[in-house]
Amino acid sequence: MDRITYIIAAVIAYLVLAPLAGGILAGVDRRITARMQGRFGPPILQPFYDVFKLFEKEGITVNKVQDFYVFCFLIFIIITGCFFFAGGDLLLIIFTLTLASVFLIVAAFSSNSPYAQVGAERELLQMMAYEPMVLITAVGFYLVYGSFNIYDIVAGSLPAVIYLPGIFIGFVYILTIKLRKSPFDLSMSHHAHQELVKGLTTEFSGKTLGLIEIAHWYENIFLLGFVYIFFAWNVGWSPVFAVLICLVIYFLEIFIDNNEARVKWQLAINSSWIAAASLGFVNMLVLYFLVL
Amino acid sequence: MSYVTKSPWIIHYDGSSCNGCDIEVLACLTPMYDVERFGIINTGNPKHADVFLVTGSINEQNKPVVKQIYEQMPEPKVVVAVGICATSGGIFAECYNVQGGTDMVIPVDVYVPGCAARPEAIIDGVVKGLGVLAEKRAAMEKK
Amino acid sequence: MSTLFFLILFPLVIAFALLVLKADQARGFVVKAAAAVTAVGSIYLAWQYFGTNGDYFAYESEAVTYGMMAVEIGLAIFIFVLGVKYKKYLASLLVIIQAPIMVWFELSYGHGIEVENNLFIDKFSIIMALIIGIIGSLICVYALGYMKDFQHHHHDQPDRRPLFFFLLFLFLSAMFGIVFSNNLVWLYFFWEITTLCSFLLIGFTKTKEATDNAFRAIIMNLLGGLAFVLAIVFMGVYYQTIELNKMLAMGMLGYSVVIPAALLAFAGITKAAQMPFSSWLLGAMVAPTPVSALLHSSTMVKAGVYLIVKLAPVLGLNPAGIMVMMVGGITFMMASFVAINQSNAKRVLAYSTVANLGLIVACAGIGSPAAVWAAIMLIIFHAVAKSLLFLCVGTAEHNIGSRDIEDMDGLFGKMPRIASYMIVGICGMFLAPFGMLISKWAAMKAFVDSGNIFLVVFIVFGSAATLFFWTKWLGKIMAIMARRENIESHVHSEEIMVLSTLATLTVLVCLIFPVLSAFMVVPYLASIYASVAPLAISSGNLYIMAAMLALVILMVIVGYGKTNKKIVPIYMAGVNAGDDLSFNGSIGQTLSVSLRNWYMESYFGERKMNIIGVLSTSVIIVGIFSLLLGGVL
Repeated sequence: MDRITYIIAAVIAYLVLAPLAGGILAGVDRRITARMQGRFGPPILQPFYDVFKLFEKEGITVNKVQDFYVFCFLIFIIITGCFFFAGGDLLLIIFTLTLASVFLIVAAFSSNSPYAQVGAERELLQMMAYEPMVLITAVGFYLVYGSFNIYDIVAGSLPAVIYLPGIFIGFVYILTIKLRKSPFDLSMSHHAHQELVKGLTTEFSGKTLGLIEIAHWYENIFLLGFVYIFFAWNVGWSPVFAVLICLVIYFLEIFIDNNEARVKWQLAINSSWIAAASLGFVNMLVLYFLVL
Repeated sequence: MSYVTKSPWIIHYDGSSCNGCDIEVLACLTPMYDVERFGIINTGNPKHADVFLVTGSINEQNKPVVKQIYEQMPEPKVVVAVGICATSGGIFAECYNVQGGTDMVIPVDVYVPGCAARPEAIIDGVVKGLGVLAEKRAAMEKK
Repeated sequence: MSTLFFLILFPLVIAFALLVLKADQARGFVVKAAAAVTAVGSIYLAWQYFGTNGDYFAYESEAVTYGMMAVEIGLAIFIFVLGVKYKKYLASLLVIIQAPIMVWFELSYGHGIEVENNLFIDKFSIIMALIIGIIGSLICVYALGYMKDFQHHHHDQPDRRPLFFFLLFLFLSAMFGIVFSNNLVWLYFFWEITTLCSFLLIGFTKTKEATDNAFRAIIMNLLGGLAFVLAIVFMGVYYQTIELNKMLAMGMLGYSVVIPAALLAFAGITKAAQMPFSSWLLGAMVAPTPVSALLHSSTMVKAGVYLIVKLAPVLGLNPAGIMVMMVGGITFMMASFVAINQSNAKRVLAYSTVANLGLIVACAGIGSPAAVWAAIMLIIFHAVAKSLLFLCVGTAEHNIGSRDIEDMDGLFGKMPRIASYMIVGICGMFLAPFGMLISKWAAMKAFVDSGNIFLVVFIVFGSAATLFFWTKWLGKIMAIMARRENIESHVHSEEIMVLSTLATLTVLVCLIFPVLSAFMVVPYLASIYASVAPLAISSGNLYIMAAMLALVILMVIVGYGKTNKKIVPIYMAGVNAGDDLSFNGSIGQTLSVSLRNWYMESYFGERKMNIIGVLSTSVIIVGIFSLLLGGVL
């Protein structure tokens, strides 16, 4: 299959399948969480019911611009994912993701609501916390494969995790932040349902909230994709192996979520930056010496 | 088919309750009764909520608050008055500060009497409320 | 060559004319006309030398050399006297050391050295000339309206605006001189003129704070000037040449020009306010905003990085290059950290300027073609966006009475156009798909390729910090507050015109930068480097970025502000007083909501960050120079 066909197929698959997969993962998340808490739990398709219900609600908003920003957020999350699955440049993906996240934060700021504003500041802090590690991850891949392109990374002769163990651990650490799981669900909480009322999403409702939920599904899929590229290489069965690892990591995140209490922002940013500076830096150092 | 009934999110407000009914509401979320099975989530935000659970009676201070929360909820929405105080003032109905039940301020759809209302009764009340919700949604769609 | 002379001499003539013009009307007309002519002149220059790979001009003149020397001596005496008068003896001391060395050199060795080409033009100089000619001129026009308000606010003081505009145009002239000079002595002359302009403009308000800061600036810049002089002496004595192009050529052939390169880089570091010399730029924020925009963000400090970028081919993995790299990287990270902690808008912009200059300097220090590409693109984008931001802050300050970010909430309602331009400026500074992000991307790749992991760590953490402080400012201005009265009618038309032009330029430059890169920057790199490896960012990605920008613009035009949903109040736990601005507190009081950004004093406190930055960079600079000195001795 030549490159162009591959890109088109991947993008279409992502556009159609990612929200389905993301929603199901979210449903599985809630089910497993409930079981861990000794409850029965909602149906696996519950996230879809939630989103459909949100679309049925009356359209209300607090100002004329916040829905536009949320829509931009959704569009750019989708674009980021499309870049990812088309095998694009890791730094391009990270920067587009930043753009999307800034749209969401600005949407929350625009409401001038106390809860939304504090939620937005915390979201911004979370971004600052995970940004170094994410960038170091991209640099790590470049050092191993000589290219930022995902297309080249998954075609390597060995799985990346062998060269990037420290960076992988650091990445999983900040993945907890990006997936909005305890202990780092400071800006808006999925499971506890309330943090600063609804934090970042306090002033969004109805269809807008539904779009944010869908955007999170798209986002979760390509975040797991990041885990995937640590474990894929040019052997035929590696995709299956990598997907299994992704599911294991997702389960690990659910496990951490249920065991840890939310932490203060100081701990969130301290630990993330220390993880980036130590795990990331040492891994890169070792790689430089190996390359030399 | 309306999805509102499959994913009803509640907001719970305590008017002037002794907290007995509040604790029973929260007990519904615990593993013992587990309302999340029905997709019910306790969101504290009126903009996200479909069902408004009110406990405790109405007095001068919380009258505007209840009204405001109700108005900030998007349609379709139902109000469930939990406990006898929310229904009619309960045993405190003749106190100088108590004006009456929730229906003094906002239209109530389901009354769940009890002091304190039992979790089973509350769940039953919410499920009846879902029926009203489905009707309201159908009416909305016709418009 | 006549275009070069025109661009250097025309602003000079206008400067003297403005010194004597006292009437507002006349001044307004002259400034606007001169600005237009200068801008057109630089565009004409670009068109005239469009295909150049580096044109060099002989132009011999003893008169010019002696004239320059006379002016330098005059300036030295002027500064010496002022230093004594204000008890800033360090300034006087530096000038006493610097001027005689220069004069001695010119009279003894200078005579013997044959200078082949005094002036030159290449694509990098064209880019700089366009920045100076277009952005510099726009800022001068803006200053008309701004200084009118300024005079109004300070009506009890004498009207010294003729001097102000004289200095602005003198400065433009000197900047053109810097980017066209191939003779290091000429470059030094124009360099010192900019130092003088900066000194006089920072101290313009004549308050004690202004005077102190002006002297701080001039002392640090004189230190750099001293290093410049020593570099010239070295080149003259050891290599019998004082031409920049010859120095670079020698360096690339293998002759050791590390010492003059390090000295010139040091001069650039002081001029570009890198740590440990960043405090003068912060202090310069007391000057009127056009000064901050023109000198201390888009133009004069660019002279410092211009010199370092020109030196890039002889930097790299030698002591000079390592010093430059590390100083730049540390400055970028530490200055970005401090900016989080600042609430004064001009100080945030100043620290951000210092940080971005650090990035440019670090790229130049690496010296690879990809790094220099990133450096030049950073110069272009930063000049446009930063000047836009400074001018927006200046206008906002005059109208809302404060330059604190915390007072800018609801700016969107009060001054929608200014707020929009500010938003464009802020996005242009850090957000994809705008240009600064692309340049930062290229810089990151260049850092990784250079093998210096410390630089990678600096840029990664610094980028996270810049994201934080820009987005929180962005959020502040984008908050839609109820009941904001539109006060925009008070803003001068000149200011609006300049701001809208700059905002358009910001967006335009981001849309056409693939073209800029292909026609200006890459040919420049090809002319100075033997082989230009593939650029950091593939052309495919560059076009994707441009397409994303187009998409954002389209989405804004189509969808912004359009909704037919019902507007409801924000959630304040049910006690919203009804206007979204206040709530019913206890005991029947109505309290207003107050939202403040995070400043994280314990993490990014200014003092702490500055100490770390100053210490580490000082150690590096002293260390490198000791190494070099040891090598010489």
